[in-house]
Amino acid sequence: MEFTLRLRRYDPESGDPAYWEEHTVDLEPHRSVLEAILQAKALTDGSIGIRCSCRAAICGSCGVRVNGQPGLACHTHLDKAQRGAPDGVIEVEPMGNMPVIKDLIVDMDAVHWKKIRRVTPWLQPKLPVPEREYIVEHEAMVDVTQSMACIQCGACVSDCLSMEVDRDFIGPAALTKAYRFVGDPRDARTGERLKDLAEDPHGIYDCTHCFKCIDACPKGVAPMSQIMRLRRRAGSDFHIEDANNGERHERAFVSLVRRYGLLNEAELLPRSYGGDSTLAKFKPVAAKELASSLPAIAKALLRGKVTPTTALKPHKLAKRDLAAIERIYDEVEGRDERLELNLYISGRDEDLA
Amino acid sequence: MKVAYWPGCVSRGFTPELHGSMAKIAPLLDIELVEIDRGACCGAGVIAEHNQELADTLNARTFALAQEVDGAALMMNICSTCQGAQSECQERLDANADYRAHVNQTLAKEDLSYEKGLSNKNLLWLLVEELGLAELRSRVCRPLTDLRVGPFYGCYIVRPAPRLGIDESRPRDEYLGLVIEALGGTVIEYAGSHKCCGFPIITMNKEASLQQAGRHLGDAVDAAADCIVTPCPLCHLNLDLQQPLAEKVVGRKLKMPVLHLPQLVGLALGLAPGELGLQRHVVKPTAVIDWTTSVVAEVGASTADS
Repeated sequence: MEFTLRLRRYDPESGDPAYWEEHTVDLEPHRSVLEAILQAKALTDGSIGIRCSCRAAICGSCGVRVNGQPGLACHTHLDKAQRGAPDGVIEVEPMGNMPVIKDLIVDMDAVHWKKIRRVTPWLQPKLPVPEREYIVEHEAMVDVTQSMACIQCGACVSDCLSMEVDRDFIGPAALTKAYRFVGDPRDARTGERLKDLAEDPHGIYDCTHCFKCIDACPKGVAPMSQIMRLRRRAGSDFHIEDANNGERHERAFVSLVRRYGLLNEAELLPRSYGGDSTLAKFKPVAAKELASSLPAIAKALLRGKVTPTTALKPHKLAKRDLAAIERIYDEVEGRDERLELNLYISGRDEDLA
Repeated sequence: MKVAYWPGCVSRGFTPELHGSMAKIAPLLDIELVEIDRGACCGAGVIAEHNQELADTLNARTFALAQEVDGAALMMNICSTCQGAQSECQERLDANADYRAHVNQTLAKEDLSYEKGLSNKNLLWLLVEELGLAELRSRVCRPLTDLRVGPFYGCYIVRPAPRLGIDESRPRDEYLGLVIEALGGTVIEYAGSHKCCGFPIITMNKEASLQQAGRHLGDAVDAAADCIVTPCPLCHLNLDLQQPLAEKVVGRKLKMPVLHLPQLVGLALGLAPGELGLQRHVVKPTAVIDWTTSVVAEVGASTADS
């Protein structure tokens, strides 16, 4: 069966701008986009640049964007790719957020690996080091298996929407790597690692929660979920009050819903800056922040979008519902251990399969 | 169609025009709204970030309340963030009977119980999948002819695709375009339509947050959109309420009106801009509305298109 590819070509040494080029290949529909690229390279143009090795979604070399979506070329079937192409031509371009070396090859060193190194990607063991191996509970490692499934392909980095506007964001792949060690019972630096990542203005609280990395990952690693685990441990277990308002924002949000049942935006903002108290808005740090938002607030009041009543007298649920919600909070937060269901590990009930 | 209606928090707080415009269009679409006024905030991912079981239990309670509404076909929300946060909790609750039983045990003290398989749909999904585009089109009495509308979905309603039931047979990530067309408008494609508005990090990294909002609004300006439309009130906060600040961060004038989905639908159904709360936005929708005659865009006619 014939498939047409539209490849993004670029050779920085030529001095010419990037351009699109079409190639038609003849392959079975279940073959991969990578095989199609390699056929075009073998039969029509040997200069096409693509990095690949295992061709079986293990090595993580062939990360590209197919029809605008990041993933592995070897892990994308031709028939599916064609159905996803608006004009029937499968569009392949290099991953984003990283400089292009040539055609479909991006500079992983300049972005991805640099960020991985940033999180101290090795075990910093507890002392004394045992003579033989560390013995850990089998269950203790289950939690980090999802992060260990990462093959470093860079697909999540490619489309990270925080990194798109903040190049310094540590990013989904590196933070996933960080969780791999934060969640490891043999590591001695859990607290230091979390403090470092929480205090860095481009760390765990710089993730904008857009789910792009979850959709991008070809191995089901769900990097964003690992970032949320890092936040949970930093805030709830290590009580790290970071300079980025991350922990304060979370604490304010959670306590406002406990108190009112609903979110009270007028209180959330000052508390995120000044701490979880009704007096937060009078703290200098919150007042300064609110003053900078004053034009927006004034306009909102002027247009009747926000009325003084809605701003000062928050909406809340009826008494009996508030009592029920408070009881749920007490019961769930009072448990000896936080209960977390990770479907990657537990799987789903069979009747849903 | 009778629905258990979940308005969410922001539509009753900082974007009251969303809740208000939904109430206005419902009778025109024969949607009977039975408001779930006892449910707690969905947590917007933040409560789950703090304690997953807490978020799952609070939302299971809301789902149970929805299931108690007599004769309701489904639960309907009007917030992308509620859709995503609730779908995430529901995914866990539906996937594991033991976990569901555990959560229901907490709810039992209130005599509530969540039964798996609830259908919880944003207004956007309901318009396409339940009401149907043909039916929607037939009810348009003031088509949005020549109005150039850029869709803005909000992350939570498009990702992750499997959790939100998006596939080739149900392209929910294209529905806004379908609805804009059904209302007689022109769909504007631009880079930011499926990206993040930046709202979740507004208190953590304001610069990056407003960069995102400003960038997408700028892309819509460059694509010559008259306005953008969103099913997410949190996106609306960053794109409309914060637009003056976003303009400063990206260093350009934007003046891009941002409409809530029910407002756009309401205009096409013949409602007056004032009834839909359009005057409440920070960025006045002057491109959308001729305020003197309440006529959509340059179009003077108010004839039906079908």
